[in-house]
Amino acid sequence: MSVLVYTESSEGKFKKAAYEVTSYGKKVAEQLGTNLVVLAINSDDPAALYAYGAEKVLNIANDSLNTFNAKVYADIIKQAAEKEQAQVVIVESSSNSLYLAPIVAVNLNAGYTNNVVTLPSSTAPFVVKRKAFSNKAFNNTEIHSDIKVLSLAKNSFGLVENNVSGSTEDFSPLIIESGLTSESVERTTGKVTIADADIVVSGGRGLKGPENWGIVEELAEVLGAATACSKPVSDLGWRPHSEHVGQTGKPVASNLYIAIGISGAIQHLAGVNSSKVKVVINTDPEAPFFKAADYGIVGDAFEVVPKLIEKLKEFKANNS
Amino acid sequence: MKILVCISHVPDTTSKINFTENDSKFDSNGVQYVINPYDEFALTRAMWFKEKQGASVTVVNVGNASTEPTLRKALAIGADDAIRVNTEATDGLSVAKELAEVVKNGGYDLVLAGKESIDYNGGMVPGMLATLLDFNFVNACIGLEVDGDKATIAREIDGGKETLSCNLPLVIAGQKGMVEEKDLRIPNMRGIMMARKKPLNVVAPVGANAVTTTVSFEKPAAKAACKLVDAEHVEELIDLLHNEAKVI
Repeated sequence: MSVLVYTESSEGKFKKAAYEVTSYGKKVAEQLGTNLVVLAINSDDPAALYAYGAEKVLNIANDSLNTFNAKVYADIIKQAAEKEQAQVVIVESSSNSLYLAPIVAVNLNAGYTNNVVTLPSSTAPFVVKRKAFSNKAFNNTEIHSDIKVLSLAKNSFGLVENNVSGSTEDFSPLIIESGLTSESVERTTGKVTIADADIVVSGGRGLKGPENWGIVEELAEVLGAATACSKPVSDLGWRPHSEHVGQTGKPVASNLYIAIGISGAIQHLAGVNSSKVKVVINTDPEAPFFKAADYGIVGDAFEVVPKLIEKLKEFKANNS
Repeated sequence: MKILVCISHVPDTTSKINFTENDSKFDSNGVQYVINPYDEFALTRAMWFKEKQGASVTVVNVGNASTEPTLRKALAIGADDAIRVNTEATDGLSVAKELAEVVKNGGYDLVLAGKESIDYNGGMVPGMLATLLDFNFVNACIGLEVDGDKATIAREIDGGKETLSCNLPLVIAGQKGMVEEKDLRIPNMRGIMMARKKPLNVVAPVGANAVTTTVSFEKPAAKAACKLVDAEHVEELIDLLHNEAKVI
């Protein structure tokens, strides 16, 4: 018996989510009184997972796996789960993990739930709490099947250091054919992505035009944040669709979300509510975002944001 | 090309979310139901294939009779016919198994769905369906072209996009980008009149068992009031974010 965690790496490097899902998996394994096994594919440093409780790392080094393929990867996770007799398989909530998890579940004849935000409240029956109704509620879900597949919501558990003397075992699974060919991958380079960002700075129609986005970008730069925008802004073509956050856009689950000139329509809030701390800057004190935010400034963004940038630069200079 | 579009019947985005029977059931009282917004992108793309490439478009829902108005709306938008699998949708895997039966019986070569429903946000039915059927599958689709039996698909990845190709049959889990928001259609009077005469076939379920159940629902704890900082003293905000919230 074991708990199997699948971690992702990008060009050989783990991201924060890999450590978070390992931290979580370690606690689930403790609850079940079993061991944690972590699967890593083409990682430069699998031993980095020991610090978060990975007693055993299954390490796959195979150049044919450099391009992600959900069906192929799902089959590898199945092979690892069978080899380690996993009762619980846990994945991240990245776009790749959300793609492969339902495939893994069917392959293992397992019940699956995503959006998991806490440790199991009980392991027999196996019950976890998950986000539902676009962040407007939670449901406690019981999984009845022998094997359970979970996707942990990003930033919901955090990193828990738990240094163990781990070991790494080379694993050479069978690589299946998938029928799907990856033709090209385009990534925006040199920018923090919304999916990975700890801080997101977002602009709305209150900024009046694309020519005014300099202050959003500068604030994001000072904070090492990703930039985002509301739906009307992307619909108007002021910013690319890839920056649209909200219900039909990208979800945001950052530590800090700063909304500038965004009123806070329910669809927008549904997409950003998972962020831990929300700040709103808006001229209208009646804007619904003030009800959802933790901190707010009623004021003109064109005056407030440059001041904030200046003060943040001083703060960074004194605290670095 | 025979296209099947899976339609979830979900509470409108602006609905108040409440629960009844000791927080064990969703309270549908006064709730307006709509086509799941993610499914609507898929349906709209299907309409394009119907108009430009002569595809036939069937819509399907797994649910009881109360979901029929939502299927009629999909017919009014332009689908040719509808199927309702007559059973309560309980969990993702059982819904995928019910849909797999519909796909096998109908011989569809392209199955389109939204990447998740806006109520349970489970994001699993399309991937499970494809795996049960051994069809190709692409999640988070933001672009789809079909030429003969060859498909080219763009999917959103964290920080970019990937372009993929494969042969049909194929299951797609779509989102905005498959079509733009401005391309979504509101049914017109003629569409609504025609929808009344289009076939809506009710089929018996295979009776797949659920492997997950909701034990109870919870609403998020009430949030503390927003702390306001004077626009003249933005340094106070920095102090709060650093010392109180500890996020910078």
